[in-house]
Amino acid sequence: MPEVNAGTPILEARHFSKRFGGTLALDDVGLMVEAGTVHGLVGHNGSGKSTLIKILAGYHAPEPGAELAIDGRTVRLPLAPGRFRALGMAFVHQDPGLIASLTVVENLRIGTIAQRRLAPIAWRDEVRHCERLLSEFGLSCDPMAPVEALRPWQRPMLAIIRAVDETRALLRQSGQGGGLLVLDEPTASLADSNVGQLFEVIRRIQATGFGVLFVSHDLEEVLAITEQVTVLRDGRVAGSGPTKGFTRDDLVRLIVGRAIPPTAKTLRDEARPSEYVAEVRGLTGPGVRGVDFSVSAGEILGVSGLIGSGFAEMGPMLIGSVPARQGRMRLGSESVNLATITPAGAIAAGVCYVPGERLREGCIGELTVAENVGLPVLGRFFHRGWLHRRALAGHARAQIARLGVRPADPLLAFETLSGGNQQKVLLAKWLQLEPRLLILQEPTQGVDVGAREQIFAIIRAFAGRGSSVLCLSGDHEQLAALCSRVLIFRRGLIARELVGPEVTKERIAHECFGSDIPSAA
Amino acid sequence: MNVSGPTSPPPLKSPAGRPRDEAVAAAATIPARHSGFGQFCHRYALLFAWAVTIAIFGVVEPDSFLQIQNFTSIFNSQAVLVVLTFSLVITLTASEYDLSAASVLSLSAMLVAVLNAQLHVAIGWAILAAFAAGILVGMINGVLVVVVGIESIIATLGMGSLISGITLWISHSNLISGISNILVTYVIVPQFFGISLGFVYAVAIAFALWYFLTYTPLGRQLLFVGRGRRVARLSGLAVGRLRFGAMVAGSFLASVAGVLYAGTSASADPNSGDSFMLPAFAAAFLGSTSIVPGRFNAWGSFAAVYFLVTGIYGLSLMGIQVFIQNLFYGGALIIAVALSILVRRAETREPDIAKEGN
Repeated sequence: MPEVNAGTPILEARHFSKRFGGTLALDDVGLMVEAGTVHGLVGHNGSGKSTLIKILAGYHAPEPGAELAIDGRTVRLPLAPGRFRALGMAFVHQDPGLIASLTVVENLRIGTIAQRRLAPIAWRDEVRHCERLLSEFGLSCDPMAPVEALRPWQRPMLAIIRAVDETRALLRQSGQGGGLLVLDEPTASLADSNVGQLFEVIRRIQATGFGVLFVSHDLEEVLAITEQVTVLRDGRVAGSGPTKGFTRDDLVRLIVGRAIPPTAKTLRDEARPSEYVAEVRGLTGPGVRGVDFSVSAGEILGVSGLIGSGFAEMGPMLIGSVPARQGRMRLGSESVNLATITPAGAIAAGVCYVPGERLREGCIGELTVAENVGLPVLGRFFHRGWLHRRALAGHARAQIARLGVRPADPLLAFETLSGGNQQKVLLAKWLQLEPRLLILQEPTQGVDVGAREQIFAIIRAFAGRGSSVLCLSGDHEQLAALCSRVLIFRRGLIARELVGPEVTKERIAHECFGSDIPSAA
Repeated sequence: MNVSGPTSPPPLKSPAGRPRDEAVAAAATIPARHSGFGQFCHRYALLFAWAVTIAIFGVVEPDSFLQIQNFTSIFNSQAVLVVLTFSLVITLTASEYDLSAASVLSLSAMLVAVLNAQLHVAIGWAILAAFAAGILVGMINGVLVVVVGIESIIATLGMGSLISGITLWISHSNLISGISNILVTYVIVPQFFGISLGFVYAVAIAFALWYFLTYTPLGRQLLFVGRGRRVARLSGLAVGRLRFGAMVAGSFLASVAGVLYAGTSASADPNSGDSFMLPAFAAAFLGSTSIVPGRFNAWGSFAAVYFLVTGIYGLSLMGIQVFIQNLFYGGALIIAVALSILVRRAETREPDIAKEGN
């Protein structure tokens, strides 16, 4: 590795491997972060980024042969969970883990306070400490204000400052040098205009001698803030070195693993509007800014993007569980206002939504398959004052058998099924209504390979009967397999529309990361 | 989550004496690895426990306990508790706690007493007024819980105290007797084989509740609302209206229990409801471990009430003092809830499956 920065290595990981079942999630990966530098870690979903971080956090044990040195000292692996703190490492995840109703000072000092028993808390000293801390990192807010009163962009910064402060206190106790801060997608919840403020905080942290591992999808940010960068692909290091030596296209090529596929001339879909089954106009809401698109009969339209790009936020807005600020959806001859629609109204209009979180949003785990499948059609089985439960169970059995749920026993509790079978039950719950527009969110998350293909077949067969399907997914391979048209979101807008031969896994990934290839213009 | 081992339950035989559909419902809640015999034991454990209790007291106190009139008096006098328990079954199915139910019982009984015995309003109108009061309280609870968004346990705690105040106020803190004999005749006077109409009403309401929870789409929807509001909402259910309706129906049933109380004692005591609160919760939770295990249900609660009351009655015959009631009901509540949690954990093998946080 070229020596550009003379900083001492704060973290040196060598020969990190991790096997999950038959697949190698990490394959002999090395990573070195120097004190006082920001090191970017980039890669696709499933490239091994999170596995690597989880090994450092002590959540996974690496395969034998892995070596880890922190601040020059060798550390025995696997790390016990929580051990990273004593080693001077701090992790800040996308969810900042703050308690919104408590004050800034309480949130900042909660870790310190939690370690005391009966020693009185000198609140005045705590406040003074916090004021010093906030001004050190250039965050101007009142320490006595509740966190919910802060601006949204200040909250992740508060979490970062807290992590640094706690780590410094621990390092001071143990007399060690520099620490390591791991930031996992810290900008995902920030608007463009606030990223600069976060960078300012990171620069100040860097100046205190911390090494920063900056994990992000956003290549522009990585190019802007990091000195070194490591690209992971399929569990291996695809490239590593000083950030200056890479252009954005270099990084994309390393992430995707192939030269950028040639751009076919974009065939604007000029289908006659009457063929569109569903037309969304001006959808604006949390994370989405004025989006227009249409889905034709029999089409499976894919929608993808990076975390925080807004594509995933569309599902709840289209079904009305999260209110949109404005927007209309035309379904056939009906037009619904997306700012006021409720799930019941959307279902009545012929829209069904299969959420990504099966057990939290899809079905009730402890109730039976028959009860879960039957919920939307209870009215059909209620005659002359009686719910015909045996007929309902029979109906559920037929529905799940048609979709290949095994065992096709409607009396089992939903939660006892495997992930793939749960997903099929969830599809059965909604497909029986024969919706005009079916919205799928991450339809094969946590589903094994065999069931994945079966679910694809179910979705294709459904679209083949003339209905429209909208598939919101971060799984590019799945979109390439299912869709002939994919919309790519960036920063709340549709940045690209890929059609026909352009719809490949690599191309989708490439567009998600943003691209400056001239032919796209 | 992949389940290994047997995944299909053996075909279910309906246990004798139970409608087949209920067997289906029970089977539905029990994961597959339970044998038919295990299911049977689980569903009827409470009835076995009741039989064992009767047998024990029959042996210990053969002369005083095993008398027909003991049982008829237990059946007759506890209709009030049964109906109050049903009120909780409805609200608990929607995952709401109605702590004001016992106060509604007192208010309703007191309204009948004040209107009929003091103001000489016809008994029929007095009863209707009591029902109306129950519905009104339920609507206020519903507004507080659904519209304003207060946790039901807090909103109904406050409402309960507020209603108790009103009850004390309209009664001037006195016991009021002299309620029309018509009501007494139609509630507690034994009509046939020593059984009074009050018990018949309780059985009729049990049937109605069983029908509602098992055979109407509304009952099924209420169950989904209680188990996962987010799932229910995404499935297109009117979650707010269902919760509101549950609060009103629960409060209405509590006022029915109050009218039965007035008829049982021919009088109303401003604090009469207080002693019913804990027994009703204990019976509702204990009932949810049997007949349709894992769900608040009518017949399980019905059996639980009589199991608890039989125990207390037997103990009091043995000369054990009044404090035994508190010990018994409190202990039963804790054991019932602990049992249902432990059984569920053992069955699902997946402890602490994340419940919807609402």
